[in-house]
Order: sequence, then structure tokens, then C-alpha cells
Amino acid sequence: MEDRIKKLPDKKGYFSIYGGRFVPETLMPALKELEEAFFKSKKDKEFQRELGHLQKTYIGRPTPLYFARRFTEHLGGAKIYLKREDLAHTGAHKINNALGQALLAKKMEKKRVIAETGAGQHGVATATGAALVGLDCEIYMGTEDMKRQALNVFRMRLLGAKVTEVPVGSKTLKDAINEALRDWTTNVRTTHYVLGTVFGPHPFPVMVRDFQSVIGKEARRQIFDAEGRLPDYLIACVGGGSNAIGLFYEFLKEGIKMIGVEAGGKGIDMGKHAARFAGGSLGVFQGCKSYLLQDEDGNVLGTHSISAGLDYASIGPEHSYLRDKGLIQYTYATDDEALAAFELLSRIEGITPALETAHALAEVVKLAPKLSKENIIIINLSGRGDKDVQHVARIKGIEL
Amino acid sequence: MISRIKETFKELKRKGKKAFIPYIMAGDPSLERTKDIVLMFEECGADIVELGVPFTDPLADGPAIQRASERALEKGVTLRRVIAFVKDLRESTQIPIALMTYYNPVFKYGEENFVRDAKDAGVNGVIIPDLPPDEAESFIRHSRKASLDTIFLLAPTSTPDRIKKVAKASRGFIYYVSITGITGGMLLLDGSIEALISEIREYTDKPIAVGFGVSTPEEASAVSKVSDGVIVGSAIVKRHNEPPDGLKRYIISLREAIK
Repeated sequence: MEDRIKKLPDKKGYFSIYGGRFVPETLMPALKELEEAFFKSKKDKEFQRELGHLQKTYIGRPTPLYFARRFTEHLGGAKIYLKREDLAHTGAHKINNALGQALLAKKMEKKRVIAETGAGQHGVATATGAALVGLDCEIYMGTEDMKRQALNVFRMRLLGAKVTEVPVGSKTLKDAINEALRDWTTNVRTTHYVLGTVFGPHPFPVMVRDFQSVIGKEARRQIFDAEGRLPDYLIACVGGGSNAIGLFYEFLKEGIKMIGVEAGGKGIDMGKHAARFAGGSLGVFQGCKSYLLQDEDGNVLGTHSISAGLDYASIGPEHSYLRDKGLIQYTYATDDEALAAFELLSRIEGITPALETAHALAEVVKLAPKLSKENIIIINLSGRGDKDVQHVARIKGIEL
Repeated sequence: MISRIKETFKELKRKGKKAFIPYIMAGDPSLERTKDIVLMFEECGADIVELGVPFTDPLADGPAIQRASERALEKGVTLRRVIAFVKDLRESTQIPIALMTYYNPVFKYGEENFVRDAKDAGVNGVIIPDLPPDEAESFIRHSRKASLDTIFLLAPTSTPDRIKKVAKASRGFIYYVSITGITGGMLLLDGSIEALISEIREYTDKPIAVGFGVSTPEEASAVSKVSDGVIVGSAIVKRHNEPPDGLKRYIISLREAIK
């Protein structure tokens, strides 16, 4: 069974019933072109060598696997390791994918890349990749998120990207994706769309997984070095799901307990959260079939999360599949729980996590004390929290 | 069962005419108003009406239709209500109607139920911009059984393989997207539409109607000369906020231009 799982998606981009390619006809040839370029690049030694070299010398990989001694002692249970993606260049795991796709865009002789961004991390990563490779770059971002993540907006502009505000719909990530897809439909001949997560039409879910799976490959090696064995638990936050897949994928065959943590927002009431597995149903959205927060007429519901990066109505199709298979469990953390974890890790380890990542930490805070000291947990510390400091201060009523 | 849309194109061809297919978003700003507009379209000589179904995330649409969609949603218009609306409309007009809807409302409704209810209500064809034939196997199967026309889209980027696939899956007509872009974009009348339509004609003799970006009577006239029909959407939706007489005059001018 495990080998079959590893072979997915199938040729049409499906993980069992999830995935596919639901886009306007205009984009179909571009997706085919991208699919071919991507699978070719996997076998292209020169491409892989360049990617590996830049991962090492530019992103700073491998990122450390850090034993969080004080966090572990504070919770009084399982040993907690942090996979420090926050130490990757630009401060989050997003660069792994953005750099890979920027190289691919260059290979396909595109002149321009575009991307959507929620928290701004993927936007910053794409702007960085574009600067490195020498491509024009435009980032779409919802008005609401531009307010929440003003620092990252400035960073993107500093990197030479054009940041375009998306003032329609819910003014968040999903609207930025709509707008990026509209741009791509219009400029598809010259432009590559750097989709930031394991979502959207095939081949994006498999391609982004591939670029992110470096996280799990390293963590596996590193935990053997540190502990001489596999961990018992893997935990990651899940918006679209790229940092979670990035850590989990390499461990899928091992029977390790894996937990994906969604955004519980203000609780699981309609429109107040982004926990797709708690309140969603099967739907087709922005290019693929997966779990979706929608009403009974198939319109997409508004979402809420304290973290812009998890504030999204659907989830990567492979996650839906792995949940069906029972290989990953999904839970959620509320805004308040995430905020508490954000502060706790800052205080106790001197590491300020992104608010997205804080959702995974909130689950660890609940889980670790219940486990024995022999157990080992690895958390994907997917991003740093500098971008969130202003937002958190505002929530706490502090003027900076 | 005979396809009313196919028959319409046949009849027009016999007369040496081209189809005029105006678009309106159902429920923008109310279903009552939409009914008046559809009847006005017919009175002005439209051949087929394309009726939009509002959706929260219309990713193939430009600003004009996005806003129309938002206004209709605010009024609580859903796919279910649009189907009921067509049923009601059938007491006043028999003009062929093609629904333009995104896929998720259809998926949520259930393909089979949707096809049955739409057909029963008097819908003649369905256009789903985010459902390429590659993903439409079961939808096509249900639609064939109910004799509901499946109208698929081709674009300037379509390769010969895509043209063959889309032509084969389409019934009623093929919707040729005249620009690389979203609805309401800028049309380029540089001969490229004609070239691409001739390419499509190498693979199929099904009628080809052209839409996306057709806005002025001059553009409509030019496009009608190289195709079997002209679809006008965003420009009508934009003008729709003007007094009814203004819209009607515009519709008449389009009708006169499409020959």
C-alpha cells in the first residue's frame, strides 16, 4: 500500500478522488508545458545540481534540527525538536518552493513570474527567487493581508517586485489567488505562476511537494544523528499544506503519528475559522478537488484566522487523501491558543515563530505533557515571527 | 431530442445570418429585472441568451462581471434559484438559454440532479469555464442522456490536440475565447481570430461563437464575419446600469452589426 501512495498523483493529477485540473481552457496548454518541464527537470542532472547548490549556498540548507530543551522541560513530557525552517533565507520554508519554481521558469524561458501571498512569506520568497534568477515579478495580496503584514509588503517592494492590492471579495489569500489566476490567464505566454502551496491544478500539488520534501529528507537524517531513531510524532500547521507535506512526505512509510494543525480561528462557527476538515465538504476550488469551506449552494465561505497564511477556504488535495487513508490526523488550534504559543516559545526558547507555525506549537503544548519522556516529537518550525510582531502588538492594544 | 441551440444555428446558416448571443448575470440587481432584460434581448432579435450564475470566486471574469456576481449574491441568488427562474421565464419566452456557471455550484448540486433540473426547467445548454472536457466525463454523460448541450471553450492558446478534444465534447456550439485573458479584456482585431477559427474549422463543422472582449458594434460586426455567432457579456453588464432605453439602443446596434 505504501508504495502505491508514493506513486500518487496519477497522470491526471489525482490523489484518489482529490486533485485534478479545473481551470479555464486558456491555461490548459501552460499546465501541460509546466508538467513536462517539471518532470524533465527531475531527471535533469544539471538542473538538480544547480538547485542543490543554491539550497546550500543561498537558502542555507540544511536547516538545523534543534532540540528545544527548555520548551521540553516546561511541558514535562516528550522530547521536542524544532526543524528550523525559520532560519532558511527569507525566514520561512516558502523559499524552497519559490526558488525551485523560479529556476524552472527560467528554464521555460519565461520573462516574468507572478504569485499570490497571504502572510507575505511566499510573496517575499518569490520576489527573492525572481531577483536571484533575473525575472520580473508581480505579487497579488489582499487588502486585509497587506494591513496585517505591512512589513512583508515593504520587503517585497525592496526586492524589486510590484505588489498589487486585491480589494475584492474577502480581500485575503483566496482573492489574491483568483487575481493571480486572472493575470496568468492573460499573460500566460510570457509568465509563470509560482503557486505557493500544494494546491491548485496539477502539477502544482506534486511539484510543490517535491520542492518542499527536502525538509523531511534532512529531518530524517538529523534525527538519526541526534537520537539514532525515528521520531514518534511529526507536527505541522496546515494552510494549503506545503510545510506539512514537506516534513511528512519522507516519513509516510514509517507508521509515525503525524498531525496537521488547521486554523480554528474564533472557534468552529461558520465564517470564523479555516478548519476545512472540521467544517468543510468536498468541493472544487481554484483548480482542484478537495475539502472546501462552502455553503449548501457551492459558494465559498469566508474564513478567519489570526494568521494570514492559514486563512484559506480549502486544503491541498493530497492532505484530503492522506486523511482518508488515516496516515495523517488533523486538528485545529484557535487564535488564542496560537497567540499563547507564539509568546511561550519566544519567552522560553528565544525563538519567535510565525503565527502560522504557532498553531502547530499550540498542539504540541496540548500533546507533549501527555506523552512519556521517551517519546520524540518533531515540529516543523515553518517560519519566523518577525512579520507578525506588529500585528500581535496591535491585537494586544500596544502602539509601536 | 433535437438541440434547440443546434437548430438555431442551422436555421441562421440557412438564412445566411450569424447568431447574436447577449449575456446577462441572473439576479443583477434582481431576478425581476433580469426577466425584463431577457425579454428585451429577444424583442431586439437575440438568437440565444447566455445567463450567468453568480459565484463567489469567478476566476475567469473581469471586474464588470465580478461586480455583477457580487450584487446577485447579495440578493441571495443561487444556482437553484436561477434554475427556478428559467422555469418561470419559460412561460414568457422560448428563446434558447445557455447557463454560464462555475463548476463548484454544479458539483455541490450534484451533476446528475443539476442536469435533470436544468433540463426540466427549460435550460438548453451549459457553459462551465473552469471545467475542461478532461474533467467533464461524467458531466458529459449525464448531459447527453438529458439532451442538454455541453458548450466547451477554446482559446488562442489551444493546441491541435485541445481543439480536437474540445470540439468532440461540445454540443450546440463551440465557445471561442477571442482573447488570451478574462471576460471584458481588450479585443485585438488583427486577423488572429480569423486565423484561429480557420484552424478550428479544420477539425470540426460545429458552429463557433466568439466571446470575451467584444464590446462595440464595430467589433461585433468584424467578429461575426469570421464566425457563426457573437457573444457580448461584460459590455452589456457595464451598460446595464444606464437607463433601460440606453441598454436597448445598444442591444439593437449590436444586433444590426452582427450579420
